[in-house]
Amino acid sequence: MKTTKYIALALIALINFTSCSSDDDSVPEVINEEEVITTVNITLVPETGDTVILSSQDLDGDGPNPPVVSVSGSLQAGMLYSGSIELLNETVTPAEVVNEEIQEEADEHQFFYQVTSSLNATITYTDSENQYLSNGSQNPVGISFNLQAGAASTGKFTATLIHEPSKEAEGVSDGDITNAGGESDVAQTFDITIE
Amino acid sequence: MLVLFLGIQLQAQQCDYSISGVVRDFHDGNVLVNSTLSVNGYEIYALSDFDGSYKLDGLCAGTYTITITHPECEVAEFTVKVNENITRDFKLEHHTEELNAVTVQGENSNKGSVSSASTTLHTETLEQYSNASLGDALREIPGVSSLNTGSTIVKPVIQGLHSSRVLIINNGTRMEDQEWGVEHAPNLDLNSASNITVVKGASALRYGGDAVGGVIVTDPPKAPVKDTLFGKTILSGASNGRSLGLTSSLMKAYKSGFYIQGQGTSKYAGDLRSPDYVLSNTGLREHDFSVGFGLNKFTYGFDAYYSYYDSEIGILRASHIGNVSDLVRAINSGDPNYVEDFTYDINAPKQDVQHHLAKLSFFKRFENAGKLSVDYSFQQNNRKEFDIRRGDDSDKPSLDLRLTTHTLATNFLYDARSDFKANIGVQASYQENFPNPTTGIRRLIPDYEMYTLGAYATADYDLSSKVRLDAGFRYDFRQVDAQKYYLNSSWEERGYEEDYGDLVVQRLETQLLVNPVFDYHNFSGTVGARYSFQPNWNLKLNLSTASRAPNPAELFSDGLHHSAAIIELGDLSLNQEQSYKASIELNGQTGGFTFGVNPFYNRINDFIIIEPNGLQYTTRGAFPVYEYGQVNARLFGVDIQAAYAFNANFNIKSAFAYVNGQDLDRGRPLIDMPAPSVNTTFAFTKPEWNNLTLSLRNQSIMRQTRYPDNDFEITYVDNSGQQVTETVEVSRPPSAYSLFHFSSSMDFEVFKQSTLTVGLFVDNMMNTAYRDYLNRQRYFADDLGRNFRIQLKLNY
Repeated sequence: MKTTKYIALALIALINFTSCSSDDDSVPEVINEEEVITTVNITLVPETGDTVILSSQDLDGDGPNPPVVSVSGSLQAGMLYSGSIELLNETVTPAEVVNEEIQEEADEHQFFYQVTSSLNATITYTDSENQYLSNGSQNPVGISFNLQAGAASTGKFTATLIHEPSKEAEGVSDGDITNAGGESDVAQTFDITIE
Repeated sequence: MLVLFLGIQLQAQQCDYSISGVVRDFHDGNVLVNSTLSVNGYEIYALSDFDGSYKLDGLCAGTYTITITHPECEVAEFTVKVNENITRDFKLEHHTEELNAVTVQGENSNKGSVSSASTTLHTETLEQYSNASLGDALREIPGVSSLNTGSTIVKPVIQGLHSSRVLIINNGTRMEDQEWGVEHAPNLDLNSASNITVVKGASALRYGGDAVGGVIVTDPPKAPVKDTLFGKTILSGASNGRSLGLTSSLMKAYKSGFYIQGQGTSKYAGDLRSPDYVLSNTGLREHDFSVGFGLNKFTYGFDAYYSYYDSEIGILRASHIGNVSDLVRAINSGDPNYVEDFTYDINAPKQDVQHHLAKLSFFKRFENAGKLSVDYSFQQNNRKEFDIRRGDDSDKPSLDLRLTTHTLATNFLYDARSDFKANIGVQASYQENFPNPTTGIRRLIPDYEMYTLGAYATADYDLSSKVRLDAGFRYDFRQVDAQKYYLNSSWEERGYEEDYGDLVVQRLETQLLVNPVFDYHNFSGTVGARYSFQPNWNLKLNLSTASRAPNPAELFSDGLHHSAAIIELGDLSLNQEQSYKASIELNGQTGGFTFGVNPFYNRINDFIIIEPNGLQYTTRGAFPVYEYGQVNARLFGVDIQAAYAFNANFNIKSAFAYVNGQDLDRGRPLIDMPAPSVNTTFAFTKPEWNNLTLSLRNQSIMRQTRYPDNDFEITYVDNSGQQVTETVEVSRPPSAYSLFHFSSSMDFEVFKQSTLTVGLFVDNMMNTAYRDYLNRQRYFADDLGRNFRIQLKLNY
């Protein structure tokens, strides 16, 4: 029977086909994410007294473990602090300092610092894009800033890094996030006490 | 009432009118011999003779729909008003949908089984969507809706189900185009198909046993067995997106059975617009082509086919968000946070996808037995997704997957008896997924190899001249062999060490490599009957069961899904889902009235769903976690359509679809079920005026009132710096909406043997602002505003 011959032929082809398919069990290479920001360190240096460090570390990146947040001490009432923020990727050794990339793309990034109304503190930017890019733009980036502590109080301090904000939108250059748009690359909140 | 009665009386007295004339080939004007003409709703038939002449006798005064079929032509319907003996010549178009004599005799024109609910869209309808996508065109079918990401990524939804539950068969080959993702549209050019059939259920067993939702089958144009050369070109332009689309096809066929054909499509579009603002970064580029040649003898033949699809699709910039606070800001603001002036440029976020399909098929016909066919196909799907990234990575894709599939399929059709037909076949496939590690982002879908072996048998049998029975069975074996890295923290948190610890191949400092090898045995089947009563009325009953193994996304996802700002977690312990579907379809036609109703009930055990499970905190902020899980579910619903031809010129057509999905385990509605919809079209046609057609369509989508409450609470610092706790309302469907669309077209004879069809369309005429529940960008922006389209079609 011709029919059966053809069916047999097809089946043979099929068996050969499945058995010859490649099965190279080469091990895929591991990916250590380059872009992850694991660590946020905010250093607040007072005119006199102890430096305060706010730190958040999340070594598993987008994994299930939450960031470990620490605040090294209280702020002094009425004191002016000179602040700076550092971002690290500690999944690689040595740790990558993400600030360099932010500075290179200073026109596409801006940090926003917000305090809850119970906390008596005001923040002002002390840097500009021009510092990093020499592009003549006075728009702030927020890698450095001043924090003026007021009367004794407690509250929350939030640092947010927005990628591609609308820097020209109303209030954005004064640190108001309302019209900034873009998307959050960092958003961490710290409990602060002013004594 | 009395008038109506008198009307019938009058009609009954004068039933000796006739329609006569000649049936011709639209293309070359030659007469068509042996066309079958039938008067819908009446037992009146005629065959055209050697001069193409025909005569239909015994007609009363009234309006009739006449269906004309010819082996080489599209089935055509014409409405004719009779109040005297009239003469009318009909032209049939054969170009676009050629059925050659061989396939007509062999193939079952039913894509599913004779008893399954199915609907076919023909060339004429598809051409109107030439510059749109497959998903847009399929929404013409009652019961088919779409799951969108914006308006360019459109996934078909059949009776409430989509993605891996809907198989797409392109020219006989099952598309393997990473259909698991909700923002992965079918990688298929609509213009390469001459017909698209949707089978609403699992009964198309030849194509796969896992069609829990249904099967979409596209057919390429068939070559006629005669010496001819023909083609068509469609040029489309649209105001919204300022887009241009061009598609062209050419077919050369010979009497010997040999043919060669080619087809190509290009689309170029910029930013789309909602009524109130530009939808920034929603441009589109698409370049596709297909070529084929083959030989069709009666006893043997072959086809070779290659198609290429290449698209670059911009994703609405405002929908790319960093964390939950961004999502809350977007939902609360109601307007997109990023709106720029119109541009054709496409920036990140975007998708860049190529799909190759190469296919070789052979058939041989055996006397007193049937037809054996063997198909081999190769597919490669390259998908790159670009997110907004920082520094050196900004030009690198975040996701870069290459999916390669080889399939070998054999089918034997037994058709030696006229009352009994059977198909048996075996299919084997090998698939390999390669996620490119240069993205620098942990793989969302891991490296895997998948082997599938399936076998099926289907048969249908004429119990009597009115009743046809069918049944089928299919078994599939599937093995997935994956190599996946997990973060140590995720591995522990998921509790995998206990159950899957022995699968770990390598333990690194922060990650571990796992080699899961999972086997799945799937059984599917169908049984049904079709009962034909009266001319043009039939009733179909079908029961089917389908079994679907979990797809790689459901098994292995773990990590941040940027476009949705959620963390998606797959589950290694998922088993296959099994559906049991009952469907009834009643179709009929009496005089100018056409009616169809299709109720269904679909019970799905171990239905795989994704559902929220708390929040996860990272340096970026908080993200809702969605985990895959399984529940028992049921869906029921009904698709209804009705049409009435008032006379030869006016008709009205209306379709309604309803789906009700329920999670039986927790007694709550299923997510993302299409809202009830009604589509009504008023059409006017006047063949004497250059085939003028005008139509006005109303598309009304109700609000989905049945949805699960997946809202979650989040504490975040709001714009003014205050810490607030708010419920994120991700669940609530948007309001109902109603849109009006206008379409018109006219034919002009331009050259000898060429016809130019000019179409003018206005979509969303009232420029209504709306959002759709099944659009994943509904949180961020309104849907499309008014769109003027113009289409020039040249048949030659």
